[in-house]
Order: sequence, then C-alpha cells, then structure tokens
Amino acid sequence: MNITRRHMMLLLPAAAIAWKHVLAGTPDASPNYRMTEHWWGMLIDLPKCIGCGNCVRACQTENDVPDGYFRTWVERYHVTDYDIENPRVDSPDGGKKGFPPSKEEGGKNFFVPKMCNHCADSPCTQVCPVGATFISPDGVVLVDKKYCLGCRYCVQACPYGCRFINPKTQTADKCSLCYHRITKGLTTACCEACPTGARQLADLKNPNDPIHEFLKSHSVQVLKPNMATHAKLFYNGLDGSVR
Amino acid sequence: MNTFKDAGHIFRVAIVFLVGGLAFLGVRASLVPKSFGQYGHYRADALADVAARPVIFAGHQACEECHVDVLETKKSGRHAHVNCEACHGPLANHAADPGSVQPPPLDTAVLCIRCHEANLAKPKSFPQVASGDHSTGLPCDTCHRPHSPAITDGDKTGETK
Repeated sequence: MNITRRHMMLLLPAAAIAWKHVLAGTPDASPNYRMTEHWWGMLIDLPKCIGCGNCVRACQTENDVPDGYFRTWVERYHVTDYDIENPRVDSPDGGKKGFPPSKEEGGKNFFVPKMCNHCADSPCTQVCPVGATFISPDGVVLVDKKYCLGCRYCVQACPYGCRFINPKTQTADKCSLCYHRITKGLTTACCEACPTGARQLADLKNPNDPIHEFLKSHSVQVLKPNMATHAKLFYNGLDGSVR
Repeated sequence: MNTFKDAGHIFRVAIVFLVGGLAFLGVRASLVPKSFGQYGHYRADALADVAARPVIFAGHQACEECHVDVLETKKSGRHAHVNCEACHGPLANHAADPGSVQPPPLDTAVLCIRCHEANLAKPKSFPQVASGDHSTGLPCDTCHRPHSPAITDGDKTGETK
C-alpha cells in the first residue's frame, strides 16, 4: 500500500498519541502499601518547638517549594498578660532562617508551626469544580496537578491559609504530607528534620502508633474546631491566642 | 386516521438526538480518564503521580544501616533523638550511592546556633546560649562533640567529629 498524504494526516496524530502513552509509563508504585490500612494525621508538640526553621527548610528541599511560598511555616506569638485576643504574630520568611531575638517586654512568647491540617471534612476539596483536589482513602488532602485549572477556589476556601498557587505550574499547591515518603514507610521531611520531636507523623489507624497513648494522656486541641473541619493536625499545649 | 401521516420529521428529530447522545457518551468516554471515580470524584491515578516524587531526605534508618558507630556515640548523649539529617542535611543521594556522593562538610558555628541561640520564645527547659558571650567566636566543636555534646574530661583529647 502506498502511503498517501491523506494517510499521513491520519497516521501522524495517532502516532503522537501512542508515543505520549509510551513516554508517560507507569509511576513508581509502592507495592506493599495499602491505603485502607492507614489514616494519617500529625501531632505538633508545641512545648518542644524551638523555632529553628528546620521543618520549613526540609519541606522546601523535599518538595521543591519556590522561594517565598510555604507548605509549612513557623509563627512566633507574643501575647501580653491581659490581652489574649490580640497576639502579635511574626514569621520572617516563614521562619526559614530562624527568628531574631524576642524583645524582653513581659507577656509570653512561643512558636507555632503551621501546615495543612489534612481535615477529614475539608472545605478546600468541597469547592473544587473539577475534582482536582481530594481526600485520599488514607486521609491525606492532595492536589492533582494535571487536573487543576488554577481557579483559586480552594485557596480562598482553606480556613487555615495553607494553600497557594505555585508560580511555576500555575496550579494549586499545598502540603502533601510527603505522600511520596509515607507510602514508602518513611516519615515526612519536616518530622525527619525536626531536632526536638515537636512534629510527629501519626497513623490513626495503626493501633501501635504512640499517638493514641499521647492523645489519651494530654490535652490536645486542633485549630479552629468551631469550623468542624475535623482537622487531623493535633496541637499539644496550644495557647488560646493562636488563630 | 392520518395522525401519523407526517410522523417522518419526529423520527428525524429522534435520530438527531440519538446520534447526539451517543456522540456525547463517546466523547466523554474518551476524555474522562479511566481511573476517575474509582475512589471518589477525582482521578485515582493522581495518587500514584503524587507518590512518584523522588525522596530527598533518606531517613535516619538508612543512615543507621552503615553508621553504627555514630549511633552508638549518640545513644548516650543529649542528641540521641536528633535525626542525622536535622544537622547533616538531605542525603538520599549519598545513601543511594555512598561511594561517589559525599556529604558536604558542616560548619558547627552556623549549625549549632540555629537551635541553641538564646531566644525568649524557646522553651525554658531547652539548653540555650548567647553565642557571642558563650564561646567568644570559637567554633562549637572546639569543646563539644556534636554527636554527644556534653563536656566530659575525656573530650579534651581532640576527637571532634
């Protein structure tokens, strides 16, 4: 058969589509990981946080987060003795380079690391018009970069301010709870780099996880419980001034 | 009984709708990924996409496979629960190929201060120093061994790293 111009016109796009599938391949699977056996969250033990910024740097390295954007960051609170409603909060460069000395002016000072709360009823996933963000069967709120339109609905829906539009991809970006690590049996980059154990990855479905004993024996709070997001970022020793 | 005398155009409309409906189903089947809806209103393959990122921090378990001696030194000291990469930085490359990828050298004058520089916002029980007064500019590992930092009599012998 002679291949005519007409045949070429039909063959070329078909070949292009086929080649794209060849290039795409199959992503690295984690054969021993079963999603149904996990329900991920995190414990943040505030009395242990020293504001060193290791978590922020580790997160940016591990997840290639652009400068000036943060999947996790550390805030420093200053609360005066009689005005718990109006704390002064600073977070120079997300706490990435640590913090300048705190002024000696009474009241109390402390650090609060922040990140995605991986809510079980998350407002951000409910507003996505195209199904590009979702709660995985193991309880992690993730973004599908290939599906995201960059419409920013989710960015404004998150009550914790944990999402941003990645300037490189122009899609929504957020903490993935290092999904590429926890599915391989590792802890998250921030937990790995935390020198004091202030951050601890928690698997709420694993009966042997120390989180259960900790939750029983400590007074643990989540951020904005009134919003009924069922956040899974548990703060120990959370001050009432933290928003 | 000429009710269906001109029924031809109704059938024509029905055929147009049928063809249109089938075309819609065909286009949707080709555009919506197969894994969409497997677990919920999203593409199930996205989970594998997210999980396919390369690991940058090896994790202390990987370090401890080879550096047993360091683990032994750390065990008795105050830094027992500080993970290796908290100070040494991300080293998955080194863990994958220890021969050719060497960890970068560390500057204790910068590293130690990150955690131990005095700040009122740090927990009171955490050991802190005003670095200027404490060491008069000497690097911390002049006196302290980072893997087990308490100063004992045996430490003056010069073993620093």
